[in-house]
This record gives sequence, C-alpha cells and structure tokens, in this order.
Amino acid sequence: MSLLQIDNLHLAIHDQPILKGITLGVEAGRVLGIIGESGSGKSMTASAIMQLLPNGTSMTGDILLEGIALTDMTETALNDVRGRLIGMVFQEPMTALNPLLTIGDQVAETLRLHQGMSRREALARAAEVLARVELPPARFPLNRYPHELSGGQRQRVVIAIAIACNPRLLIADEPTTALDVTTQAQILLLLKRLVAEDGMGLILISHDLAVVADIADDLAIMREGEVVEAGPTARVLREKSHPYTRALFEASSHQPDRRAIPTEAPLLEVRNLIRTYPLPRKSIFGKPGMFEAVRDVSFTLDHGESLGLVGESGCGKSTLTRAILGLDAAQGGSISVDGETVVAGQRMPTGLRAKMQVVFQDPYGSFNPRHKVSRLVSEPLHLLEDAPVGPERDAAIGQALGEVGLDETDAQKYIHEFSGGQRQRIAIARALIIRPRLIILDEAVSALDVSIRAQILDLLADLSTRHGLSYLFISHDLHVVRAITDRVMIMKSGQIVEEGATETVFADPQHDYTRTLLAAAPVLEEHVS
Amino acid sequence: MRGLLVGGALAIVFLAAALLSLIWTPYDVEALDIAAKMQPPGGAHWFGTDHFGRDILSMIMVGARVSIAVALVAVGIGIGLGVPLGLAAATRKGSAFDEIIMRSNDLIFAFPSLLIAVMITAVFGPSALNAIIAIGIFNIPVFARLTRGAALSLWQREFILAARVAGKGPARISVEHILPNIANLLIVQGTIQFSLGILAEAGLSYIGLGVQPPTPSWGRMLADSQTLASLAPHLVLFPGFAIILTVLGLNLMGDGLRDLLDPRIRRARS
Amino acid sequence: MLRYALKRLISLGLSLVAASLVIFLSLEIVPGDPAAAMLGINAEPETLKALRIELGLDKPPLQRYLSWTSGMLTGDFGISYTYRAPVSQIILDRIWISLPLALLALLLSTLIAVPAGIWAATKRGSIADIAIVGTTQLGVAIPNFWFAVILVLIFAINLGWFSAGGFPGWAGGPLPALKALTLPAIALALPQAAILTRVMRSALLDTLGEDFMRTARAKGLSQRQAIWRHGFRNALIPVLTIIGLQFSFLLAGAIIIENVFFLPGLGRLIFQAIAQRDLIVVESVIMLLVFAVIVITFLVDLAYAWVDPRLRSRA
Repeated sequence: MSLLQIDNLHLAIHDQPILKGITLGVEAGRVLGIIGESGSGKSMTASAIMQLLPNGTSMTGDILLEGIALTDMTETALNDVRGRLIGMVFQEPMTALNPLLTIGDQVAETLRLHQGMSRREALARAAEVLARVELPPARFPLNRYPHELSGGQRQRVVIAIAIACNPRLLIADEPTTALDVTTQAQILLLLKRLVAEDGMGLILISHDLAVVADIADDLAIMREGEVVEAGPTARVLREKSHPYTRALFEASSHQPDRRAIPTEAPLLEVRNLIRTYPLPRKSIFGKPGMFEAVRDVSFTLDHGESLGLVGESGCGKSTLTRAILGLDAAQGGSISVDGETVVAGQRMPTGLRAKMQVVFQDPYGSFNPRHKVSRLVSEPLHLLEDAPVGPERDAAIGQALGEVGLDETDAQKYIHEFSGGQRQRIAIARALIIRPRLIILDEAVSALDVSIRAQILDLLADLSTRHGLSYLFISHDLHVVRAITDRVMIMKSGQIVEEGATETVFADPQHDYTRTLLAAAPVLEEHVS
Repeated sequence: MRGLLVGGALAIVFLAAALLSLIWTPYDVEALDIAAKMQPPGGAHWFGTDHFGRDILSMIMVGARVSIAVALVAVGIGIGLGVPLGLAAATRKGSAFDEIIMRSNDLIFAFPSLLIAVMITAVFGPSALNAIIAIGIFNIPVFARLTRGAALSLWQREFILAARVAGKGPARISVEHILPNIANLLIVQGTIQFSLGILAEAGLSYIGLGVQPPTPSWGRMLADSQTLASLAPHLVLFPGFAIILTVLGLNLMGDGLRDLLDPRIRRARS
Repeated sequence: MLRYALKRLISLGLSLVAASLVIFLSLEIVPGDPAAAMLGINAEPETLKALRIELGLDKPPLQRYLSWTSGMLTGDFGISYTYRAPVSQIILDRIWISLPLALLALLLSTLIAVPAGIWAATKRGSIADIAIVGTTQLGVAIPNFWFAVILVLIFAINLGWFSAGGFPGWAGGPLPALKALTLPAIALALPQAAILTRVMRSALLDTLGEDFMRTARAKGLSQRQAIWRHGFRNALIPVLTIIGLQFSFLLAGAIIIENVFFLPGLGRLIFQAIAQRDLIVVESVIMLLVFAVIVITFLVDLAYAWVDPRLRSRA
C-alpha cells in the first residue's frame, strides 16, 4: 500500500476546473517530484492533500493517506492529521512565520498541539528539532524572532515546524524558489537527509526540473491540471515519452542561437565604481556607519558583446545596475558609454542615458497600468532631441513592436491584456525604440516559465544578431547566463571576484566562490547520461 | 456595489437639496412667524416649524448647503496642499524637506480639529470661515501622509524606474505616473474626509464655533432646540437624521468606491 | 528596547516644544495685542495698560514664551483674568471630570469594539457579521452630541433613570459621580466603538490572508485556534493606533459633550474662557490637551514595541 494515494482527483474553484483527474502515489522513504509551469495545478494538488482549500472549491476523487480517505474526514479529524501525519513547507520563508512569536514557540506549538506536551517539554523538544534542521540552539537560541534570521534559516524553521511530530508525509511547495542557489542546495540536502533518516515520504513541488531531478526518486510532470507523465526519475528523464516532457526538458536546457560577433571596441566602461549607503545609527549620538554595496568595481563591455553578471542576493549586482543606469548616484569612479563619460557626483547627461536602456524582472510591475502600450513603448523617446512625432512616432512604435514579434495593433491595448511573456516582449520593445547600443537585462527572464523563457532568450539572441546590440545580463541563474553570454563576471560582497570567457569560467572556475556557486547549481544533464 | 448605489443616492439627494436651496426653499429661513411656531410635521410645513416659526425643511435644505460647502472646501484645502506636499516629500525621501513635512504632519495631528477651531475662535471670533480653516488644516496631514506613503511604494516599482531610465524628472514622473495611480486612493479618502468634515462642521456649529446666525446649520438647529426636545422631538430628530443620512451616504459611497477601484479586489473578480 | 524608548522620549520632548511654540504663536503673537483681544474694542486705555502689565505683555516675546513654558514646568500656569484664580487650580478642579470621562469612554468603546470586531471577522459573511458591519456604518454616521441629546431625552427625561446634566462631585462617593458620567461616556463611546469595531474586524481579516496563517493551519490548528494564537496579536497593531488616536478625539470631543450635559470639565472651561476671552485659560487648557495627545502617542509607540519584536530590535 502506498503511503499516499491520489485517485482520479478532480477539483474546481467556482466551477473553474483546476485539477482534471490526477492520479499519483507516494511511497514511504521516497521523494516524489511534481514539476509544472504556472497554472499546472501543482500547488493546488498540495492544498488538496492538506485539505486546506479556498472557499468555493468542489472536489471528487480519493486522497488516501495510509489507506484512510482524507476527503471523508471531518475538520476536527483533519486538524489532528495536519502537522502530525502530514507536514508542509511553503515557498516564501520570509512571510511563512509569525513575526511576533519566537522560533522556539512556533516549533513547540506543533508539539504541544499534537503530543500534549507542556510548554517546557515542548521547548526542549523544539531545541532538538531545530538542531536537526541545522539550527543548533547554541547559535540560534529558541528566543530568536523570525526577523533575526536569514531566508534560508527561516526556511529551516518552517521545516522544523513541519517535521516536529515526525510526520509520515512531508509536502514542500517550491521550498527553495525564493532562496539563493547555495542556500537552495543546502535546503535540498537537508530535506533529502530527513527523508532518509525518518523514512517519511516527500512531495517536492517545483517549476524547476533541474532542482527536482537532483533528489526525486519519482517524477510527475503536470500541465493544465493533468499529470502528463509519471514514473521513476531516471526513466522519465531518459524516455521523455510525452511531448510536453520533451518540450519542458528542451526549454530547460535551451541554447539560443546567437551569432553576434563581439568586437574589441569598448562600449561600456565602468572604472573604480563605488556605491555606499549610510547604515542606521548604532547609538543616538554616534556617527552612522557606511555600507559599501559596490566596492571599486571596474569592467569593460565591448560593442556586440553579451556580458553576464552573476551573484547571489545582496552581492551588490542590483546596486551596480542602478548606478550604471544613473538611477542612484555613485560615490566614486566613472561610467563611460561609447566614449561619453560621467564621473561620480555628476548627473547622468541625457545623451548618455539615450545610449542604454533596461528590461526589468517583473513583467507585471514594469508598466504603468493606466497607459496604453503605445505610450508605454514610446516613453524613452523623451530622451531624443529630435523625437519623431505624429505618424512617424506611430511608425516607430509599430516597428519596435514588430521587432519583438508583436503586432502593430497591440499599441492600442492596455498592458493587462497581455501575458507575462508578451509583457516582457513589450519591455524589450520599449528598450529598443530609441535604438540604444546597450540593453541592460536585469533578471529579465527570471520570472518567466521555462518555455516562455526559452522564447525570450531566442528573441534576445536574434535581436543582438540583427542589430549588433550589446547586453549586460544580470542574473542569479547560472544556467541562463551560460546560454546567452560571451563573457561572465562573478560578484560577491560588492566586488567582482572572477571574470572571463563564459565557457572558460564555467569549465574551469578559478575563484573558490565561483566553484561553490557552480557546485550548488542543479544541473539537469548529469541525470540523462 | 449595492452600498455604492444607496450611498450615492443619499449623497445626491442632499446635494440636490443644497443646490435647490440656492434658488428656492419652501419658506424664507430668516423670516420669523411666531404664529406658526412649534408646529408638528405635516400640512403646510412637512417637517414642522421651530420656536420662531421657521420652516424646518427649508432650514435643513440651507443647512445642507452650509455643511456640504464647508466640508467640500475643507477637503479641497486638504487635497490642494496635502497631495503636492506628499508627492514632493516622496521624491526626496529622508531629506530635510521630507523630515520637516512629516514632523509638521505629526504636529498637526496632535491638535484635533476641534482644538484648532477653538484656537482660531479665541483669536478671531467665531465664523464659518473658522470651521473651514480648522477642518481644512486637519485634512492636510491626512492627505499628505496618504500621498507620501502610496507614492513611496510606487517609486520602488519598476515602471517608475523605467520612466527614470527614460530620462524623466521627479516632478514629471509625479504628475504622469504617480498621481494617476494614487487617484483612486485619493477619491476614497476624499469621500471619507468629506463625511468627517460634515460631522466636524455640525459639531463646531453646535457649540457655536461655526456658521453664525441667522444662517441655519444642522449643528445650530440641534443646539437651539435641545431644551425643547421633550416638547417637540421633531426639532431634534430632523437635523440629526440629515447629518446621519448624509454621512452614512458618503461612507457607503466611499466603501463602495474602494471595492470598485481597489485593483486587488478587481483583479480577484476578473 | 531601551534605545527605542529613549528615541521616542526625545521625539516626545521635541513635539512638546513644537506644540507649545505653535500655541504661543497663534494665541499671543498672531492677534497682535492679546490684552486688546481680551478686553474688546471698548476698553479704556488705562485698563488695557494695566492688563498688559499684569499679563507681562510689556516684555519681549521670547521672554514671555520662556516664562510661560518654564512656569508650566513648575505647575504655574498663570492667573486667570476672569476667575482671578491660578489657572493650575482651576484646571485641577476640572480635570477630575474630563479625564475620568475620557477614560470611561475609551474603556467602554474598547470593551464593545474588540469582541464585536473579532466576532464579525471570525464569522465573516454570516448574519452576525452583516448585522455588526451595518450597525457600525450607522454608528460612525451618528454625531455624538446628537446621540447625547437623544440619550437625555430617553433615559433622563422620559425614563428618569439619570439626571439630564450636572455633576455632583466626587466628594459624595464615586457612585453618584460615575452615574452622572454614564450617559456622557456612552454618547462619546458608541460612535468611537463603531470605528474601532471596523478597524478590529478588517485588521483581523487582513491577517487571515497572511502566509503565516496558512503555516498555522498546516500545523493542525483549527481556524479558530489559528485566529486566536496567530491572527489576534498581529491584528492588534492597527487597533492600538486607533485606540491612541481615539483618546485624543475623546478628550477634544468632551468639549462638545460636556456642553450637552453641563459638566464643569475642561471642555466647558475652555468654552466659557473663549466666551470671556480669557486667553490665559484657553492657552493652558489647549496645551494640556495637546500634552495629553502627545503622551498618548508615546505610550502607543511603546505598546507597539511591546507587541512587535521587530521594533524592539530595530531603532
């Protein structure tokens, strides 16, 4: 008998079908990876197992935990199952914990609830559980509050809450998506160890095939509320019998065809750039400290080149990007684009701004929702002295939209009429309209599903081939950077620790930190061979 | 949605009564007719008459005009001064200018509008203008704070960064991008402040710090008739109902507008 | 925590200085000659001169400001022009009506609003919720002085349970005094309770949507347990803000309500002082009320830190 068996599960919210006949099984001591893009129903499957469903949900089918139907249980019985037999870990560690309670109390609460322990017993046991998730009480006392911990540490607390009562089944819904790659590797390792030690079943839900392939014994590929393929990981990855699995797999390791030829002529030159922030005062009368977010960074980006900038959150890559774009003033150094220079302390001249544009990460936050696409796309024309007007302006907008594979008529629509991928195309059109030499791509594909991401990467490759565009490609995703850049820089604590031709750096990293990053990054190819 | 309709209808009724009173009222509100004093509702005087024989309905119509005018101008002062200050403070977060704006706001909040009115009256004597200034001053920090907070979060959004990359300056971005995106908030808050203004005006004129006789106002009507309440309850009830229904209508409208305009709720619906 | 409290305390001091400046400027400098303002246009030149000397108006403004503020620090608020008595004594006599009234009203409003708000939030969409929300809509629209008149009409005039106004003083024991304050406190409290109920309800509903509430449910807590153990304290933060704001509204609102019930409190004092143009009294009472508001703000800030550990460690 399977630990968990889902049979022909149909689920609809307000008559909108979300799950269409899911059948899945999880064995004790094994890891089931559920893979799917947004809208595949993978998270709703987790909610269905927990029986924590939004109002207006109707459900048919069976969910059996050790042979007992969760679907038939009363709410009181379910409360007894949740936390005791099934634990759950969520995506957002920053908000998953109650900010007003200590971590000790939050872990102990599960124990007091299900094992009837006194507060003292429960706290003693909580200390042991926290030690199991590698938060030893000596360094992380029970009276810490969530805000005193990092994202990775908070996720460990959430895991501790979930496993405190040694549940039979653990569900982890995108547990590492919000975390850095090195932290992600540690959390995955921790989950794997806990499964091995406790013999519980683990359902690991992710959009990232590579993350799951690393630790899952079995895989289920979901799409639009259906399981399109399921089986042991090795077999699924080898056979890829369903076309969607194949497409997903190819998109995950997509290599866009880029034929731009980098020149030796420098386009962007950053020299000794320094960016500091004042820190909050330590005492009322003390001087505020200074935090150096970017410490003496210099690099050159050539015409036609695609340069990657990789680092974990807090390394200073966003601060550096903002300084290059002239959004924040630098405290030292200089920035030149195409021979025109701005030094620290000066305002960035319009002429220099007009030579570069940017595409941001969030396809939903990048546009004023109250403007039409034509106005959104044409905004950078503000930078030109002889900006086109009237029909010429319309033509420029139409052309920019055409470049990114959209239609001229889309100019009259509002941004909410477009999908995430289309919005990112519009963002690129906005960057292209003034024909800049340099486009800064700030995590520009990070928020997209893999299949959409592959298309946008193709578009970027194609545009750089056609126009000889240069890219500064900022990302935390090593895989994407490898696919689209000629050269790469690795940033840590405000400094560039390694720089070189992309393939050389990936094949033969010199700096310890680069090696750590590369080792932590999940790689899909290994599992296939 | 139903709240919006009911609230809107109530607000429109009183607005119409106020506008109508400019050109016509059933009786002259300043004419005393002792022969017809203290008449109960009905007959020639729908809402009855007071102890001077003045027609209550007519007085309520003129009172609506006074209340609405005072509250509206006070909201205008709050928006007109508070919104630009809030927008400007948000463009220079943490600067001395921002600090001064925010601290002055805190300072004004320490003076409830009633106290401001008391101070003004102590110096200049009571008048309708006092009421407007007192309520208006109190509205400034309300709007400045709301605007600054909303603008600050917008300044972090990527579409504002994109506008900055497109070379637009803070003033232009404030007008082009920030203002349209906080307009909903301002409309909702404006409705709430409008209704609070009506209540405040009534309170001020009740204690004699607002509109002066012979111009009738809802607060004054209550104060004048309070001692007669047991003899003629209608003298107390009608002005009270007028205040309650107007404020209720505006509040329902504000809630309805918030539901209608809040992008979070709207997104969840679509 | 200590540093946070110290920072708040410094901010409290600065607010007091700023507020006293505002009051001084608007009451003593803006009118030009306060003595003329007090005596009116028909004053004899000699009387005017005598009053100016009595009030110290012949001294430079800075000196007057300093002696006013330093006087207040030692409890010397000056001599009332109309009552011919120390202002501090007059205030002391009256504060024992206004302060208990405001506290009583605040207590009443909180005791009604917090349970009602929680009840409505936990039973969202139920008939009870709809009824509570509807009542609060009406409650916020009712002006407290009108409500006071209606209360008098029903409970004092028709039923005769309470007297329609006046205050017997505390000398005759607390019961008659509290009885005299009951109707005024209810009139002040109910509209505030309506506002607070709405805040409590929506703050609690907001926390229900938080991620940590989902974590709480996943632990095996029932919806009710999750609300009590995790939702309530988080919802308390906005509620505390409103309770703090309400205290200042209640103190100021007393100016009106004390007039309805003929209670000889600070509100009535300030009202009479305006009529008699006794600027010294007006100035002192306003300063006292503003002082109360600023101190309450400080206490609310401390309460925040008590509820929220993030504030304790920051700042």
